[in-house]
Amino acid sequence: MGDLFTLPVLIGILYSGIRLATPYLYAAIGETFVQRSGVLNLGVEGMMLMGAYVGFLVGMKTGNLWLGLGAAALTGLLMGVFMAVISVTLQAQQGISGIGLHLFGLGLSSLLFKMTLGGVESIRGFAPIKIPLLGDLPIIGEAMFNHSLLVYGAFLLVPVSNFILNRTTFGLKVRAVGQNPQAADSVGVNVTWIRYITLMIGGALSGIAGASLSIALINLFQENMTNGMGFIAVALVYFGGWRPYGVLVGALIFSFVNAFQLWIQVKGINLPSDIAVMLPYILTIVALAFSVQRAKQPTALTKPFERGEA
Amino acid sequence: MTRDKTEIRQVLNRTFEALLPLVAVPLALLIGAVMLMVLKVNPLTAYGALIKGAFGDVSGLTQTLVKATPLLLVGLGVTIAFRGGVTNIGGEGQIIVGALAATAVAIGFQHAPGVVLLPACLLVGALAGAAWGGVPGILKARLGVNEILSTIMMNAIAVQLSNYLLRGPMIDPAEIEAGTRIAQSALLPRSVWLVRLVPRTLLHGGAILAVVLAVLVYIFLWRTTIGYRIRAVGENPEASRYAGIPVPFYQALSLILGGAFAGLAGAVEVLGVQHRMLEGLSGGYGFSGIVAALFGKLHPLGSIPASVLFGGLLVGADKMQRAVQVPSALIDTMLGLVVLFVVGSEIWGRSRARRRETHG
Amino acid sequence: MKSKFVWIGLVLMLAAVFSACAPAAPQTVEVTRIVEGTPVVQVVEVTAAPVKEEAKVFRVAIVMPSSITDAAFSQSMYEGLKVIQAEMGGESMMEIAYSEGMFNVPDAAAALRDYASQGYDLVIAHGSQYGTSLQQVAPDFPETSFAWGTSLDTFQKDGIENVFAYQAEAQEGGYVLGVLAALMSQSGVLGVCGPVEAGDAKLYVDGFKAGALATKPDVKVAVTYTGSFSDVSLMAAAAETHMAAGADFLTGSSQSVVGAIGVAKDKKGYWLGTQWDQTSLAPEAVMASQVYDWTGVIKDMIESRQAGVLGGKAYTLTFKNGGLVIKYNDKIEVPADVKAAVDAAIDGIQKGEIDPLAVQ
Repeated sequence: MGDLFTLPVLIGILYSGIRLATPYLYAAIGETFVQRSGVLNLGVEGMMLMGAYVGFLVGMKTGNLWLGLGAAALTGLLMGVFMAVISVTLQAQQGISGIGLHLFGLGLSSLLFKMTLGGVESIRGFAPIKIPLLGDLPIIGEAMFNHSLLVYGAFLLVPVSNFILNRTTFGLKVRAVGQNPQAADSVGVNVTWIRYITLMIGGALSGIAGASLSIALINLFQENMTNGMGFIAVALVYFGGWRPYGVLVGALIFSFVNAFQLWIQVKGINLPSDIAVMLPYILTIVALAFSVQRAKQPTALTKPFERGEA
Repeated sequence: MTRDKTEIRQVLNRTFEALLPLVAVPLALLIGAVMLMVLKVNPLTAYGALIKGAFGDVSGLTQTLVKATPLLLVGLGVTIAFRGGVTNIGGEGQIIVGALAATAVAIGFQHAPGVVLLPACLLVGALAGAAWGGVPGILKARLGVNEILSTIMMNAIAVQLSNYLLRGPMIDPAEIEAGTRIAQSALLPRSVWLVRLVPRTLLHGGAILAVVLAVLVYIFLWRTTIGYRIRAVGENPEASRYAGIPVPFYQALSLILGGAFAGLAGAVEVLGVQHRMLEGLSGGYGFSGIVAALFGKLHPLGSIPASVLFGGLLVGADKMQRAVQVPSALIDTMLGLVVLFVVGSEIWGRSRARRRETHG
Repeated sequence: MKSKFVWIGLVLMLAAVFSACAPAAPQTVEVTRIVEGTPVVQVVEVTAAPVKEEAKVFRVAIVMPSSITDAAFSQSMYEGLKVIQAEMGGESMMEIAYSEGMFNVPDAAAALRDYASQGYDLVIAHGSQYGTSLQQVAPDFPETSFAWGTSLDTFQKDGIENVFAYQAEAQEGGYVLGVLAALMSQSGVLGVCGPVEAGDAKLYVDGFKAGALATKPDVKVAVTYTGSFSDVSLMAAAAETHMAAGADFLTGSSQSVVGAIGVAKDKKGYWLGTQWDQTSLAPEAVMASQVYDWTGVIKDMIESRQAGVLGGKAYTLTFKNGGLVIKYNDKIEVPADVKAAVDAAIDGIQKGEIDPLAVQ
């Protein structure tokens, strides 16, 4: 047991945890924008899968990974528009439209994969890049500063999105639309348009989340490779209290505990593997239960906006 | 005279809104037809197989009803939860623990008389599901933990728990003997097998139970004080708080009841269809039950036809896959489109309802 | 008078003709059944009339829990069927229908029933969770041959005669690959990335450990399980963890290993695969794979059926019967003495001298 709390293990947990957290960060921060504007998108998983597929296909066929990444973001963005049409303009029940989008994305990505690629193959994805100076730091250098660009991007996204949400006019509008759409509308904010934009942002980021798996971290595409990550990402938004830094904490807790339970298994500690696998989920609930802050959810979350409604 | 005319018009309008999904579905299937043609499949053959497969013969019809049963039960739980203002996405996990509990009781007390054991298993299944929904419920009521987060997490925990039990303490002794160690429980004693309604099919008594419960839930929500309070909390938590209704308590209660129905669905699947607990029993019903509930407009009685129609769609789609040999991924895509189109078409019903209200 | 003789002659002739067409004496055939875990050879009467050798399409249907492109379990069987199809003369001689993604067991049961009622000759239930469903469906279609894997139970103790069973002795290849890993590893640390601790995966993992420790008793073998057959991302993390703990040789099972293979490649480690030749996924990292060759099993099932034996045979893939093969990656150099040790291990298993599952 004492074997477990050593330096190499800590470094290993840091390294794996950061990689595991990357797709969650992209998707959850995207969803944060969406939910802050008052929309619930449960279809994140479908967007991630389509992004993973398109990113992989374009990256492989053109040999240009950045094109692949762009294509993945664009795919996610378009799916965000689709979701906006259904949930914002047509005011559909948002929980269920999300499930429909998930099924659609899952099915379409698998179908297109079968038709175009036919079998699992690997790609030379975004290679790890060492950050000069920081990467040479003892211990944490190897664990934290030797990752692919997409990993760094995910973490940089946190302060950037925090800035956008809290210090820009756009962010103000987003928050207003989510808290009190009627009031926002009365001062001239176009509620529908803001929600379209946040869904496009959320979609693009979810697409990038998927691509981070297929062209950076795992470097291949397999049907349903996200396996529920999209739903976890949505859950993390709630965990994070609709704040990017909160989402970061949630993603890190979940990912670090996952990396930790793998080390428990590797070190041969006598814990049934099924229990070990449960740990990240249990601890995430416990962490939220015991956290002191209790953020209030955007008041208008899941409520469609209709001008002139009391 | 005028009152009669308004009532007739009301009924007509309600029927139209209820039938709207039937317009949306063909639209989605039209896009599906394009996809089928790209795959060189004749859409008419395909859709013919779908409809015939779901409703065309005894075999298909009973399969549809067998599938509709857990959809209806889970849908009832989702309906109660939604009406109480909480979102229960934990159906998958609640089904699993309900099934596990019912199995454990059935095997543990296998020599007890069926007339006692069978209801006991169903009850235990419901209680287990209630507990699994209760944890998020209490966490929400006491500590303000959002239920979407906790129910998603509880789903994953339930799957691992099931893995652990089914390959460990609850594994079928016959499996160990045969050396194959398949992760499933022993076969349940015949005394708890739900009665087969139609011979040589899987249609079982659970279907009748589900319909009876749907009626009971309607009575519960609209004709009892507790039900009224649940709906009040769901519609307007602030006003309810002012009226003295303990909102967190009723929110937790909604999640507990939601879990109970999903747990019951799991128990019914084990007792009526599989006759043992195994992997994959929850089969996505936790999510498709939500779809069925929303298609039923979150009304327990509406859930009955919604479950049958949605169940038929699922059964027919699989039959279509086999008949024309398209990849099952195409089926998922089409189902996704159907859900999106149906849910997107609701607006016409709602705007008509609103116009009716403002114009009297 | 003459006409009477003509009539008697005609009747006698007809009698002779009819007696020649009478059914021949029942034929018998030797069959291996599994009775309580051990193979028993019995002599069985052929019940169905032997099918004449005419050019009839042989129709096979297969129901699988995952995708045909999973680079593992399902793909190995599907590819085996394609090989046999080509050998038999293409799609005109053998028709293959399939349904993937059938992790929902009742849906799979409906699929099995559907294919059987559509008149398929051989319906394969390619998933251990389908056993109960098969027990219910097979008796309803006595003219159809069914096959169930992975399992050795043909349900003959239930009086069912039309079910074949098949299983891969994954531990044999696991043992041999463990020998290879122990000999080739420079760090003396081996990492096993397991999915769920059950069934085929567990057999393989146990065999691997046994083989490695038998070859080098002080080699370290660490085992992790991700709790899922499809969590690619967690598999990658498991591989990272093993390698950070010093492993330079990794192995594992299930479709999700593609994540681990990617990590092995990136970190200049080596991968040993099972169920499928995984060389193409990472030609720089995959040193060898245990390949499941189902063609022998499929061929025997087809020929048995054509000889009138519709089921009751249990097959295993072993080194001895050629069902398991170790395929090396030509691009990676393996010294001759190591290969000799591997061959010796294979030989020992074939002769029965080595038991891959013997507890160390």
